[in-house]
Amino acid sequence: MKPRNHRMRALAAAFPYTVPIFAGFWFLGLTYGIYMNVSGFGFWYPMLMSLTIFAGSVEFVTVNMLLGAFNPVQALAMTLMVNARHIFYGISMLDKYNTAGLKRIYMIFGMCDESFSINYTAKIPEDVDRGWFMFFVTLLNHFYWFSGSTLGGLFGSIVTFNTEGIGFVMTAMFTVIFIEQWLKDKNHLSALLGLALSLLCLFVFGPGKFVVPSMLAILGVLTLLRKPIEKAGEQA
Amino acid sequence: MTTAQEIVTIGMVVLGTVITRFLPFWVFPPGKKTPAYVSFLGKVLPAAVFGLLVVYSVKDVEILTGTHAVPELISIAAVTLLHLWKRRMLLSIAGGTVCYMLLVQFVF
Repeated sequence: MKPRNHRMRALAAAFPYTVPIFAGFWFLGLTYGIYMNVSGFGFWYPMLMSLTIFAGSVEFVTVNMLLGAFNPVQALAMTLMVNARHIFYGISMLDKYNTAGLKRIYMIFGMCDESFSINYTAKIPEDVDRGWFMFFVTLLNHFYWFSGSTLGGLFGSIVTFNTEGIGFVMTAMFTVIFIEQWLKDKNHLSALLGLALSLLCLFVFGPGKFVVPSMLAILGVLTLLRKPIEKAGEQA
Repeated sequence: MTTAQEIVTIGMVVLGTVITRFLPFWVFPPGKKTPAYVSFLGKVLPAAVFGLLVVYSVKDVEILTGTHAVPELISIAAVTLLHLWKRRMLLSIAGGTVCYMLLVQFVF
């Protein structure tokens, strides 16, 4: 097969998986662009930030940082906290992101929640190159976020149709991915722990501060239960 | 803030994001044997993380005020039933989102 051909095949296989992200990222990206626009920033801010940061939640936080006093150490610390969950994605992707070269570096750079979720769970057909499939999922998502944010910064205030509730597309997608993982697993302990501990931490710490405690709780309980989980895995 | 300070601030956010994404790959490069404990985490973490992401995506919903998370719960149930029934990813996501939009725009 010609190299060009197998790249096109990977792109064609990857695209359908990214359609919900297109809807979600355009909505969130437009919102983010409008937010920057009304905060007094030119469209090149959301354009360049969506390209270089490519992590939605922290980009919203960055708008507040830019409006406040100059504090680079706090900017770094805040980013590490908000994005700490990416460390879990990396640990889960050590084996899957094993292609070499620039492609791998880009895939890790662009590993947002959505790219990780799709690349971890997608059933990639046998005749499709896995590396290129995961590369295109990342690239398409990056492009949706970049174009949505830039358009939001440019024309955001013109949108008039009623989009209320469209952001739920992200919840719907994560729910589907959660179910897919559930159907694949024999043991549901980890899935239930993830839901229960996150909900518990959300109630205790509130929406702004619950991610890191949730991660520590998940890590702690899974570590404590390592022996029984591995035993159950051998018996299954 | 001056333009230079803005660039430094954005640069710090880029750096922080890159660190969280690359760290595991730096610590456990492909040639090196990954410790058994980390391999174990790599297998069991995703299921828990997907649970965390579902919760994360509804973290700002108010339970005690407003619509008491009823549209969210109905729509998540709709996504779940639709997906268990047809097992078609796009259909489940589109169906759940339309259900939610109709609920928040016309019902609640």
